[in-house]
Amino acid sequence: MAKEKITGAMAVRRALEAEGVEYVFGMPGGTILPIYDAMFGCVKPQQVLIRHEQVGGHAAEGFALATGRTGVCFGTSGPGATNLVTAIADAYMDSVPLVAITGNVATSLIGSDAFQEADITGITMPITKHNWLVTDVKDLPRILKEAFYIARTGRPGPVLVDIPKDIQNTEFEFEYPDSVSIPGYHPPVREEPRLKDAATLVRGASRPLIYLGGGVRTAGAHAEVAAFAELIGAPVVTTLHGKGAFPETSPQCLGMFGMHGSKFANFAVQNSDLLIALGARFDDRVTGKLSTFAPEAKVIHLDVDPAEISKLVTATVPLVGDLKRLLPQLTEEVRRLFAAQGRPDLEPWLKRVEAWREKHPMKYTQVGQKYLLPQYVIEAIWKKTGGKAVVTTGVGEHQMFAAQWWKTSGPRQFITSGGLGTMGFCLPAAIGIQLGRPGELVIGIDGDGSFQMTLQDLATARDLNLPIKIFILNNLFLGMVRQWQELFYENRFAQTPLSDCPDFVKLADAYGCLGLRARTVEELDQVIDQALANDSGPTIIDVRVRRQEKVFPMVPAGAPLNDMIDGE
Amino acid sequence: MERNEEKPNGSSHTISLLVENKPGVLHRIAGLFSRRGYNISSLTVGPTERPDYSRMTIVVLLSTKTVEQVVRQVQKLVPVVEVRELSPQDLIERELMLVKIRTPERNHAELRALAETYEATIVDVSPDALVVEASGNAGKLDALEDRLRAFGIQEVCRSGRIALERGFKTLAPPSLK
Repeated sequence: MAKEKITGAMAVRRALEAEGVEYVFGMPGGTILPIYDAMFGCVKPQQVLIRHEQVGGHAAEGFALATGRTGVCFGTSGPGATNLVTAIADAYMDSVPLVAITGNVATSLIGSDAFQEADITGITMPITKHNWLVTDVKDLPRILKEAFYIARTGRPGPVLVDIPKDIQNTEFEFEYPDSVSIPGYHPPVREEPRLKDAATLVRGASRPLIYLGGGVRTAGAHAEVAAFAELIGAPVVTTLHGKGAFPETSPQCLGMFGMHGSKFANFAVQNSDLLIALGARFDDRVTGKLSTFAPEAKVIHLDVDPAEISKLVTATVPLVGDLKRLLPQLTEEVRRLFAAQGRPDLEPWLKRVEAWREKHPMKYTQVGQKYLLPQYVIEAIWKKTGGKAVVTTGVGEHQMFAAQWWKTSGPRQFITSGGLGTMGFCLPAAIGIQLGRPGELVIGIDGDGSFQMTLQDLATARDLNLPIKIFILNNLFLGMVRQWQELFYENRFAQTPLSDCPDFVKLADAYGCLGLRARTVEELDQVIDQALANDSGPTIIDVRVRRQEKVFPMVPAGAPLNDMIDGE
Repeated sequence: MERNEEKPNGSSHTISLLVENKPGVLHRIAGLFSRRGYNISSLTVGPTERPDYSRMTIVVLLSTKTVEQVVRQVQKLVPVVEVRELSPQDLIERELMLVKIRTPERNHAELRALAETYEATIVDVSPDALVVEASGNAGKLDALEDRLRAFGIQEVCRSGRIALERGFKTLAPPSLK
């Protein structure tokens, strides 16, 4: 790229253009004014004005998770930057590529407790892959190049670049570098893969299980996973972020396991003699009590992040590297071994798994119920859409119901806040997803508590005329906490009942969105049709569901995975 | 198979880091240790043969398994160019200690003799106090400190360990050699 004499602020614009950024989610403020001024009239990237910086961060995450590209958000100094913190922490936990750019007070004022000053690099150090405070404008091009590179490579994650206002205003000779050279950053890692050892374990296993995590989505390794699973023939279980890594509509898939996984999936995990973990990290929500987790299983752990290997569960054979590159090599190794030594007989194992599935199916009964059940609502939407939608959720009971009952058939169809568990994720994510995948149906499954954390950004969705459809499974409770209070705190519902306020239909109207309500099976049938037919802007559907309905099965926190309660 | 839930009792491990000499690097490393609950016994940082890099020596009390995890986590920090646990067999470790002792002058001769035994020197003398400087491995300094206690220690200042490996092995990656 040719040199040009521009300001630091214009350099930010040039860098975003060079990186092919399509949208920037943010809100201007005092110390980021020069950057906003430089972006004025810019068509690509397009500025999206959000009403709270946290929403900008989550929208950028939604965009990134829906497209596989890097999300970008802006915030001003002080509160603008600290409002981004939750979204950055969310992106860190869920390995979402995110570049956050913040303004800061002038370098001469830094450290003086100036108006709207916050040490945002200090604050975000533990929740970013890396961050920078720019102190010399000449470093800016290199830093921005490194920021995008670090955010998207290896195990992706958020980065933050904090740019003081005087740096934004300083003119210099700008040239965007073509490549990066960071002495301490070299993904993917350089360990020799022990493919033969892994293949030997696969050949020797009689009760193998494939365990898929969010890393499959990150790597875009769905085809490679499908080929591997077809060859091995082992049952497949997924984590929350593994949804979509393998078609849940396939009989080979047992769906989600863990705290709210199906009994048959959890039984399969606990009784397996080989766990093949692909892009997963043995989170406590999937393992239950760690010392009793899959007690007889050996572990093949393939992950791009060496620090995940043997962090919680010691890998019998670790394979560090890019799933998309490494898994086909493992598949070939196993194929060779099968050709030479024959395949292991998995029939008895598959029969056992099938028997669990028959004996302990996921179930609910809407017939005879006075009120709508959340499970039924999700299945009804699934049936009306044929499952052809990108679903996003808030955090709580509705999220787990959605995870259990929305069957994904392909990649990047289920986008949720897993690691951090951030309520209020749904609407912002839906905005980012719809922008990233404009022609597709975007459905939000939210809760009444979760929705109210970020609802002001209905304005953003309206401004952009995004045809997102947010179904609020409204039980007038902070439902997941209520569930724990019922099960573990003797029905003492401390601060979980929510009032019937606001009226979500009127609220939708106030924001210029279509507002609908359903209380019965018949009404639900109608409003789903109405919602799906509305392409002119956002639709908010207030679905009143049975207040006491709980998510089952459930592994109580700290209990063994096969120790499930089901409310019967 | 092993599930790493209960952390077994630890032993002393020496981790050596080569890091970029940039603002905030110490904060990043110390923050990682505290956030993940890794206890630091000592941490030193100082310049190296190249002005743009610093060397850190961190001593931790952890199980061998946890130390492997620490090294992998630290390796992920962008300014950390190289990190390795130094093997105890190949380790040259040193620590510097200054001890201020308040003792009547009549004891000074005995103190000098003791210092000599430990290859320590007396670097400041005033009528009723003196300062002893010693260097060596931690065990030697512990022993000296112990002996000095009888004379009335006022202040102890220890630098924490620095360490290098014997022989040709270095921590620098090929690109920096």
